[in-house]
Amino acid sequence: MSDPHTGFIIAAYAVAAATIGAMIGWVVLDFRGLSAELARATRALDGARAGGRDAER
Amino acid sequence: MVNLANPTTFVELTRRVLPWLAAATAVLFVAGLWLSFTAPPDYQQGETVKIMYLHVPAAWMATFVYAVMTASALGTLVWRHPLADSAQKAAAPLGAGFTFICLVTGSLWGKPMWGTYWVWDARLTSVLVLFILYLGLIALWRAIDDPGRAAKAAAILTLVGAVDLPIIKFSVDWWNTLHQPASVFRLDGPTIAPELLVPLIMMSLAFTCLFLTLHLMAIRNEVLRRRIARVTMLAAVEGDRLTPGLAAGGAR
Repeated sequence: MSDPHTGFIIAAYAVAAATIGAMIGWVVLDFRGLSAELARATRALDGARAGGRDAER
Repeated sequence: MVNLANPTTFVELTRRVLPWLAAATAVLFVAGLWLSFTAPPDYQQGETVKIMYLHVPAAWMATFVYAVMTASALGTLVWRHPLADSAQKAAAPLGAGFTFICLVTGSLWGKPMWGTYWVWDARLTSVLVLFILYLGLIALWRAIDDPGRAAKAAAILTLVGAVDLPIIKFSVDWWNTLHQPASVFRLDGPTIAPELLVPLIMMSLAFTCLFLTLHLMAIRNEVLRRRIARVTMLAAVEGDRLTPGLAAGGAR
């Protein structure tokens, strides 16, 4: 590509790649964080229920 | 559609569909980029036309995502679909991302072709307004703690902002702008050469598949967020139920 405007083309593709990468990263990292948080919350609920059953006995 | 209203069914569906959608997105991007870089240069713009293969699909997605959000807003306010507000909330950052790509690549295309990065003409300004709308909606969702109230407020703002879509589409016809008029979606057919049109369509399909993949993933994240809130609340209720019991036991 021997175009005088090659820099503009490369910059456009770089910005698009970075933005798409950021969108993918946001969704994937959010999913991982939420999955871990849900597992923690479920353990806390199970613990609270087990504690409640022990207290009732 | 009725089955999809059930978040559990929706999450199960995404688990099955997402790998296929992600694979289709990757294949379409590889094919689209290969076609883009092997396409002949434009007789006027030279190789700079390669920016079109990013700019135009991003511009289409910017408005398409907002149209999806408008439909979701109606789903929230009119039909009260359980996933409509999640779909709307999940789409906003993606729409902002595509609009950002559209604005920046357009600016980088404008400098060598028009001699300037930016002009305050109708098309560019209306797309900038769309970008600000996306940012405003993201901020609104974050500003209101109650998800129900946030969903209603965001749905109303989305519907009000939808007036920008026809302005974006017809701005090049209604006003005298530096931006070129439509060359693909025209009543008399596309005016763009087939050698340039095929990579453009391929890249547009890739962008569409990318949005569908990321949107499904982001809606699933919103369903998880709701589950976490529900489970945390249940754990707190169980804890409250347990504490007075323990206190009474201690007094005995």
